Amino acid sequence: MRHLLSTKDLTRDEAVRILDIAEDMADVSTREVKKLPALRGKTVVNLFFEDSTRTRISFEAAAKRLSADVINFSAKGSSVSKGESLKDTAQTLAAMGADGVVIRHHASGAPQVLAQSGWIDAAIVNAGDGTHEHPTQALLDAFTMRRRLFPGESRGRGLDGVSVVIVGDILHSRVARSNLWLLRTLGATVTFVAPATLVPLGADTWPADISFDLDATLALTQPDVVMMLRIQSERMNAAYFPTAREYARQWGLDDERLGRLRPDSIVMHPGPMNRGLEISAGAADSAQSTVLEQVANGVSIRMAVLYLLLSGEREALA
Amino acid sequence: MARTVLQQADIARALTRISHEILESNRGANDLVILGIPTRGVVLAERIGGIIAGIEPGVDPAAMVGSLDITMYRDDLAKHPTRTPSPTQVPRQGIDGKTVVLVDDVLYSGRTVRAALDALNDLGRPRVVRLAALVDRGHRDLPIRADFVGKNLPTSRDERINVRLAEIDGTEEVSIEGSSIEGSGTDA
Amino acid sequence: MTRYLLRGATLPDGSPADIVIDEGRIVSTAPGAASDGPGTIVIDAGGLVALPGLVDLHTHLREPGFEQSETVLTGTRAAAAGGFTSVFAMANTLPVSDTAGVVEQVQSLGDAAGYATVRPIGAVTVGLAGERLSEIGAMAQSRAAVRVFSDDGKCVHDSLLMRRALEYVKTFDGVIAQHAQDPRLTENAQMNEGALSSELGLKGWPAVAEESIIARDVLLAEHVGARLHVCHLSTAGSVDVIRWAKARGIAVTAEATPHHLLLTEDLVRSYDARYKVNPPLRRDDDVQALREGVADGTIDIVATDHAPHPRESKESEWDAAAFGMVGLESALPVVQTALVDTGLIGWQDVARVLSTAPARIGRLTGHTHSFEDGAPANLTLVDPSDRSVFTLDRLHGKSVNTPYEGLELAGNVRWTFHHGFPTLRDGVLAPADEVAASAASIAQHRIGAQSHG
Repeated sequence: MRHLLSTKDLTRDEAVRILDIAEDMADVSTREVKKLPALRGKTVVNLFFEDSTRTRISFEAAAKRLSADVINFSAKGSSVSKGESLKDTAQTLAAMGADGVVIRHHASGAPQVLAQSGWIDAAIVNAGDGTHEHPTQALLDAFTMRRRLFPGESRGRGLDGVSVVIVGDILHSRVARSNLWLLRTLGATVTFVAPATLVPLGADTWPADISFDLDATLALTQPDVVMMLRIQSERMNAAYFPTAREYARQWGLDDERLGRLRPDSIVMHPGPMNRGLEISAGAADSAQSTVLEQVANGVSIRMAVLYLLLSGEREALA
Repeated sequence: MARTVLQQADIARALTRISHEILESNRGANDLVILGIPTRGVVLAERIGGIIAGIEPGVDPAAMVGSLDITMYRDDLAKHPTRTPSPTQVPRQGIDGKTVVLVDDVLYSGRTVRAALDALNDLGRPRVVRLAALVDRGHRDLPIRADFVGKNLPTSRDERINVRLAEIDGTEEVSIEGSSIEGSGTDA
Repeated sequence: MTRYLLRGATLPDGSPADIVIDEGRIVSTAPGAASDGPGTIVIDAGGLVALPGLVDLHTHLREPGFEQSETVLTGTRAAAAGGFTSVFAMANTLPVSDTAGVVEQVQSLGDAAGYATVRPIGAVTVGLAGERLSEIGAMAQSRAAVRVFSDDGKCVHDSLLMRRALEYVKTFDGVIAQHAQDPRLTENAQMNEGALSSELGLKGWPAVAEESIIARDVLLAEHVGARLHVCHLSTAGSVDVIRWAKARGIAVTAEATPHHLLLTEDLVRSYDARYKVNPPLRRDDDVQALREGVADGTIDIVATDHAPHPRESKESEWDAAAFGMVGLESALPVVQTALVDTGLIGWQDVARVLSTAPARIGRLTGHTHSFEDGAPANLTLVDPSDRSVFTLDRLHGKSVNTPYEGLELAGNVRWTFHHGFPTLRDGVLAPADEVAASAASIAQHRIGAQSHG
């Protein structure tokens, strides 16, 4: 693996390998000395063109636990916002000797452009690009599912036969896309539930079932996993749905719907949550919720990814 | 051409002797933790644990034996394709204040043991650390020596030591390959 | 002026010809009839197809205002290299070509450069802002004698304004060339809308945003009895709408670009901004429908939408990159590859869609011909047997944003004659000073001829 740009690029073996290494990393995170020397002397740059404190500190913790030096480069208020191009930024980072670049960008495909450009030789990790992908989020979600559904025997396996229902703004969600490709690769089945305005055009050709009706879907599939996506309030203004109340009533995971889930099914959310909109406080704080585990697992997954991309000798350019 | 230097019975005898020596030096099995270095060191640690349990009544080998992965602590990570780490499993009692015996199959340059000592340091603070190796083939790069050795095998650097254990390889023997083309030993 | 004999050429109808050019005109084309008198330059045109000089109804020359991308001189050099002898220069310059002054400036820059006849297109609305009509009459009656009006790059989306524009240009025998794109349906749109845009996370550009405007415009044109030209059709639905309109007798003409006849949205997977263009590359079904449309005459012309951009405009993330591709040098090879070699059209059709039809729509006078004796010697010789990988050294404009680099294309333009002067000589552009001097002498000659006539 040279870069991590998309979960669509991952084979099953590669994905399971990342999840397994993340198990080892999770063990490290429970020790008193939460540090490994594997990336000593390596420099990881967090290049964030979009605010995301959660994702940035997760990558920062991951890199630091592997003893890498971390440089945080926020595009807000820097030369980037004054019109410096992605190319100039990349060449600057290359000149500074960055071994890995974790990039969050508002433009879909920006990490891939960086990886293909020849402007910089570093390993590129996509930390969320536009409405395209967010591969480490999908990996940490799969990791969380595997640990919850197969406690004590999660290593080495995929998610064969696991049914996952993903609810919300599929249209704008990079999390939904990355999850779909990865979950399918790992053998799970995926159902997207959303109002028709928030289902991407052409999604009927994707390997997912599409539903507009949350209650019918929950009753029919009795899912192992229900993943709620964040709804952004500006979507209302763009006429994707009329009001927050109508959305919550139709597509929110409220206490009543939570009660109808199987007791062993799990409730996930990539955060940050809009309590009372897509998820009720009761559901978010229930024993079935994995929201905080997801945060902890995020560090383990990102350690595994950084370790895989940066520890060995660099693979030759493809 | 490979030349067999230890057969199944030789290996068993060596491990039995090592087990007795460990018990003798530790004055029993109290506060003893045996950590194998993956891959074959783990198998050897488990066997030693079993032998000790057979000698000392009331010893639970599962509570005494574990594994210590050193992948992340290697000094040559960047010189090879990315290595997949193995799990580290420390017995529930931990290692603080314990006698930790590290077990590896072949002692060669000493770099693996150096990495293991660093890894151990991040896990806790043992009272003493000892080293057991099935084979010591010489050619140390670092000031490290084994406390318990199954067999000293003088080798040239061109030779290669192959340790095969039933649990992993299906057969049981230690052999030397003489070809200078095939490169260095199993523990870099 | 030098006399030329192009020996052994093949005319678009397939007949053999020895083409004699003298005094800027085609003297004769009969095989064997031409003699090699002293002072005649003989060119071996064996195996080459002779086409009337190509006419591009849709070129962005960028001057004035964006000279870092292209100038009239560099753009017409690219035109000559591609076999074009006439280009219509789009109005989205800075200042916008919405006054007589600007269009006359563009025209005179073209006259001075001499590589091709430059015919300015006037803006429909002031500053391309889509709010009020520009001085269409003044531009029509200026020395530039503008006949084509377009806000290309932007759609004249206000229905009432479009109606008025269609009506008003009738006064001057003009035509509105519409860039059909509903602005609300394409806010921040990045690529064709469909399963691929959804997967790539790029904002979709629905086909209906183009088709609905075309449907409205053909009905408006019918209602007011005006001529309408639709730029760069890109979808199968657009072809259907035009076909329907023509069957109804509406005076609409339509164009397709070479890139929409060859390339599909799959190229966007690379996020390589060379493939970013407006309208976007579409699905293979659309490409096939456009080819059918050209073959059955629904689509009247092929026009390049040559849109040069400096390197930095394409070396970026997709969203930030500029829309557009250069296309003058690659147009004929792409047409041969997509339409001729696939058996959909013949060389006579190529002459029609790339020369005579655009000339007619743009009211280009004294320029095109069917190789009749005495016709203006605007012609190009193409080697249809050539198969070569397209490289950047075949580009002669200022910008290199071609999507064809590394792609094998059929056909290669060898010679171009503009008013009897060889602007392209066996694949090599004539020096700018020679071309300019020739253009000046032709202009003198014309003025002389007019004062005597």
